[in-house]
Amino acid sequence: MSRTAALLASSMRLPLPEARWLVIGAAVALAAWLALAPLGFLLWQSLFTPETATAPGEFTFDNYRTAYWSAETLRLLGNSAAFAAGSASLAFVVGTFFAWINERTDTPFKSAFFALSLVPLIIPAILFTVSWILLASPKIGIVNVAVQALFATDFVVADIYSMGGMIFVDGLHQSPLAFLMMTAAFRSMDPSLEEAALMCGAAAWQIALRMTLKLAWPAAAGVFLILFLRAIESFEVPALLGLPVGIEVYTSSIYQAVQTYPSDIGLASSYAAALLVIASLCVYAQSRTAVAAEKFSTVTGKGFRPRTMRIGRWRYVTALAFALYLAIVVVLPFLVLLWCSLQRFYVAPSVAALKDLTFDAYRAVFAYPVFANAVWNSLVLSAASATIVALTTAVLAWIVVRTRLPGRWLIDDLAMLPLMFPGLVLGLAIMVCYLNIGIGVYGTLWIMLIAYVTRFMPYGMRYNSTSMLALHKELEESATMSGASWSMTFWRVVLPLLKPGLIACWLYVVIVSIRELSSSILLYSPGSEVVSIMIWEYWQNGQYVELSALGVMLIASLLGLVLLERFASRQFGVASPGV
Amino acid sequence: MLIVKSLCTEYPGDRGEAVRAARDVSFAVPDGKLFTLLGPSGCGKTTTLRSIAGLEVPKSGEISLHGKVVFSSAAGVSVAPNRRNFGMVFQSYAIWPHMTVYQNAAFPLQVRRDRPDRKKIADRVMRVLSAVALDDVAERAATKLSGGQQQRLALARALVMEPQLLLLDEPLSNLDAKLRERMRFELKRIQRELALTTVYVTHDQNEALALSHEIAVMREGRIVQIGSPREIYERPCSRFVADFIGTTNFIDARVIEENGDDRCRVATPVGALDVRCLDRMHRNEAAIVSVRPEDVELSEQAPEAGGADAVRAGVVDAKAFLGEHLDFQVRIGDLVLLARAHPSLRTPVGEKIFVRLRAEKCIALRAASAGP
Ligand SMILES: Nc1ncnc2c1ncn2[C@@H]1O[C@H](COP(=O)(O)OP(=O)(O)OP(=O)(O)O)[C@@H](O)[C@H]1O
Ligand SMILES: [Mg+2]
Repeated sequence: MSRTAALLASSMRLPLPEARWLVIGAAVALAAWLALAPLGFLLWQSLFTPETATAPGEFTFDNYRTAYWSAETLRLLGNSAAFAAGSASLAFVVGTFFAWINERTDTPFKSAFFALSLVPLIIPAILFTVSWILLASPKIGIVNVAVQALFATDFVVADIYSMGGMIFVDGLHQSPLAFLMMTAAFRSMDPSLEEAALMCGAAAWQIALRMTLKLAWPAAAGVFLILFLRAIESFEVPALLGLPVGIEVYTSSIYQAVQTYPSDIGLASSYAAALLVIASLCVYAQSRTAVAAEKFSTVTGKGFRPRTMRIGRWRYVTALAFALYLAIVVVLPFLVLLWCSLQRFYVAPSVAALKDLTFDAYRAVFAYPVFANAVWNSLVLSAASATIVALTTAVLAWIVVRTRLPGRWLIDDLAMLPLMFPGLVLGLAIMVCYLNIGIGVYGTLWIMLIAYVTRFMPYGMRYNSTSMLALHKELEESATMSGASWSMTFWRVVLPLLKPGLIACWLYVVIVSIRELSSSILLYSPGSEVVSIMIWEYWQNGQYVELSALGVMLIASLLGLVLLERFASRQFGVASPGV
Repeated sequence: MLIVKSLCTEYPGDRGEAVRAARDVSFAVPDGKLFTLLGPSGCGKTTTLRSIAGLEVPKSGEISLHGKVVFSSAAGVSVAPNRRNFGMVFQSYAIWPHMTVYQNAAFPLQVRRDRPDRKKIADRVMRVLSAVALDDVAERAATKLSGGQQQRLALARALVMEPQLLLLDEPLSNLDAKLRERMRFELKRIQRELALTTVYVTHDQNEALALSHEIAVMREGRIVQIGSPREIYERPCSRFVADFIGTTNFIDARVIEENGDDRCRVATPVGALDVRCLDRMHRNEAAIVSVRPEDVELSEQAPEAGGADAVRAGVVDAKAFLGEHLDFQVRIGDLVLLARAHPSLRTPVGEKIFVRLRAEKCIALRAASAGP
């Protein structure tokens, strides 16, 4: 939190009315419970043997021994590291390259490219992965089928079920995020630094290497760490592409340990502990690079004007590269899903298959007994978690930004803590937590609600504290001077003024909740399926065409929601932290 | 000699229309001279400078240095900025934060096509750094420099490449008042010593007057007057220039008769005055008389009216003590004149005071050309 804002914050020395303490206390307790309880139970569980019907769990270090002191250990660590480093590097290189093109060159159609390149952000990872299986699996992948038919061989051009394939799919899926973050980094760089180099006689490549890259370096290191963290946490890609051929990483090992019978939650928890350590290291390192980036952030205000480099005929090459990239990350995956959804059973596209187009798959989805329930669950869950997150973090942000309460930084840290939990680990931790606390939420929608609220609390905190900082405190003070009580002021003045930020925050949480899979997968039970789980089940059953039909509908509705969110953000001038 | 001919530069506006930031700008800078573009914020000074640098591509016009065309819309010539060998100091200084002072200054030599060897580079860099008194901080990180040091480093970086032309965009505007004054002389000394052809951009009239061989006053993308500092100050061609350069009194007038080449007699609210006129004025033409405050001479005793000078009696309306001088507002009838006097003059407010206006210090401007 900004120090100045804290200093500006109004005095809290006045006698405090009851309602204020009640609301503040409840919000803080909620944040503390959500962030800390699962963590505690997770670590506790990792020190016990599996509980069975006959024997209770016993204290042991065996889980850690199995997890870290066996031949498997190195293989798992190696796989995870290779996968995360590969995926982060691919995403980083691709994202940075296109961010540079978009920000610093005179490539035509830039604004259209920019808008389109955000679309892949909303495609859920599971759908993106499935679409690439349909494109490049050795047996049914369109690429392989086409090449084999063309050259009459049985040579496999691309095998998506491999470490290379995993890196390719995950890297591509993350590249729009890298693109977005690097665009921001380039934007915060004073272009006159590059112009000065130009006036000194430097050529374009010398400027790119010696100025642009060097100056963007601290920000770039931060971006790379975030990408690495996201790849380490990634579940869908390793589960769908790695597990079938025995390439395991931490996330997929956790999933396996829980899914085997009898499930070994202790072992899963000790894997999870490793993930937590890696994640906290990443978050810590990232906060260090943010400090360095601050020092280099050189926008001076006066005399600032974005400038683009004239790259001559190369602009057609860059435009073509951009178009090709969009084809690979947006058009191709979506088209293949669309194609697949219009078939009776999956066949590679051909003129013959064109005659068999049908809406049967869509009909089947609607007729699927779980469908209505899953859609309803998704809607209820996302709306409820968005509302709770938006309101709770509004109070928390108010405390952090506006008051001088001792220890308020702790609240900020608590609310941001879940950022470190990979989705799967959070699911596991919450599962363990509420298996042990018998308040009857396990196996219901409630436990998923708890997971969603915990997982998305940090985003709400970011949205709300940004808009809180922009809100002049005298607006509140004048309400107080007019005689309004604290709750009256909060309800009638603060919340309405925060409304734009709240709306954007709410829509954002709705979108990410609907997409959520990696936490839900350990928490759902019959009756509490959500849409993303339904996609997962279709996959497990090999129902590709129904999966595609559901996927197409999901992408379409998410796209609508994102447009709404962008509109809300723009309308009210709130920066969205990116999907 | 730098020659800029009918330069026009446009920007795409918000609604797709063209913002004409420089319109038909023409001027010439003789070798070794310092030429200043002066004007209020947003008048197109930076745009003109960047067009010369090659950082903006003008819509039309021609720019040549020493007879070599670097830009010409007619001939379709546009030399890339990094091939022009012009030194430039940016308004934000654009000091590269990831390099040391030395590395910043050495960069232009390192990226040359005919890159000198390491030893030569070190020689030249250290020579320039000592010229701007930065040689003892050469190894320091550039971000650790003070504002004034950064400014000198930016200058050193522009000088080290031995540019054919030096372009300076408000190089002193980020400094505080004291430092600005010192750097102004420093800059002048360096420019005069090296005899570098220089184009200087500023919105500070004092800076322009103190530094330049020649000044062009700009307004809304056009040059409205070009002249030496003295000409611009003493004989502004329009109300805008008179108002922008220093402070001045304006008196509405009407020409009564012409007296030879640059003299005429005008009727004003304070009676008939003999004044100078720059353009030929005709009888009965509406005019505006501009008198600088320091040319409004005050005295407590009536001075003897000699020749064409006018003497009027007025009353002190208000005064302000400003240290080096004292500003008086003197009311003569309905007219209030601002006068700048020596602080030794102590006439109290409300007392009678005499005002003398010398004919050669009163400039008559055509009311039509004077603009609003
Ligand atoms: N990149 C741009 N895009 C659109 N319009 C611009 C751009 N840069 C400048 N302008 C417009 O062109 C006009 C001239 O701008 P310019 O920067 O040349 O002014 P200036 O005289 O340097 O002002 P200042 O003293 O404030 O630096 C202004 O009206 C400005 O709004
Ligand atoms: Mg400017």
